[in-house]
Amino acid sequence: MHNTEYLRDEIIRISGANPAKCMRCGKCSATCPAYDEMEYHPHQFVNMVECGDIEPLLNSESLYMCLSCFACIERCPRGVEPAKFVEAVRLTAIRQQGANRLTADNVPPIVDEDTPQQLLVSAFRKYTK
Amino acid sequence: MKVSYFPGCTLKNKAKDLDLYALRSAEALGVTLEEIENWQCCGGVFTTAEDEVATKLSSVRALKYASDRSQPLVTVCSACHNVIKQTNYAMQNNKAFADKVNRYMAEDGGYNGEAEVYHYLEMLRDLVGFDTLKEKVANSLKGKKIAAYYGCLLLRPGKAMGMDDPENPTIMEDFIRALGADAVIWAKRNECCGGYISVESPETAKKNSNAVIRNAKAAGAEMIITACPLCKYNLEKSGADIPVVYITEILAEALGVKEDTNA
Repeated sequence: MHNTEYLRDEIIRISGANPAKCMRCGKCSATCPAYDEMEYHPHQFVNMVECGDIEPLLNSESLYMCLSCFACIERCPRGVEPAKFVEAVRLTAIRQQGANRLTADNVPPIVDEDTPQQLLVSAFRKYTK
Repeated sequence: MKVSYFPGCTLKNKAKDLDLYALRSAEALGVTLEEIENWQCCGGVFTTAEDEVATKLSSVRALKYASDRSQPLVTVCSACHNVIKQTNYAMQNNKAFADKVNRYMAEDGGYNGEAEVYHYLEMLRDLVGFDTLKEKVANSLKGKKIAAYYGCLLLRPGKAMGMDDPENPTIMEDFIRALGADAVIWAKRNECCGGYISVESPETAKKNSNAVIRNAKAAGAEMIITACPLCKYNLEKSGADIPVVYITEILAEALGVKEDTNA
């Protein structure tokens, strides 16, 4: 559906980060609190974006497992900021028509009497365009 | 002293205590939190994407409001604090982003990152002073072992937050000590509770939150304090068997203004 090189450049442009700075130390994945839930781990995101291997990422559940906790961004010794690639790919996925991960219909079953507004606002910001 | 105050959506609803005790305690310390008129929700989480502009305008408008009044902008909620500070950092350091924002803001006048943003804890440390706070404590929390839970949003990314050392912070522990209590030091104080993942995968939130609680208890904590409504929710939903309390609640208790209905 997309020209591989175009998609790669587009993801890098949206992310504002540079995957070529990565030295493959794996610290991002080691510190990721969602590591166990991910099919592609943060260090793999960086490498796959660099190689233009975007389609598998666009279709991966891993996009929705990132907690936006900024641990990998803070702790990367090379300033690669892996979560920025996860964000760029996730936005590219959900910006397609009908690709919203979360809709208003999904909300009633997940709300209880204590649910803070912050939870829903944050989830909509990350899962819906 | 008067400051511009951004309460945020949750403090007006499920986290009313966080807001109420913040206002009362600040008054007792000589700071009036003036709520920003017509503030709009920050969005809960900062979007790192370079091409996301409109989603950050509510933060820019709050920043401009404070800047126009030459007041510091104070937030209490960890999420609002994170989003507004990261937005301000982008306005100061990313010219292309600031230019796009200012095209939306043409009718409001320009904004280029002039505002100074303080989390409530920073307000206590930098504008009030922990020494002054210590002197105003009426009910010392002496003997209480309290674990400061920073979570992810208060400290990271360190260069944009500028609040404390993101890996070895002291601000919340100094706050606890100023109230007379003992600050427990523990490994997971700046690790994530799971955040909004409880929408997508409650099991993941529970796993992360349980690890946080276990670690705090192993270090001897009798109570966990937080500034984040979502951390409190996730920790409590995962079955916390020690109290998870807002920073402003223990502050109001120590200052003796918790029950003041006239404030």
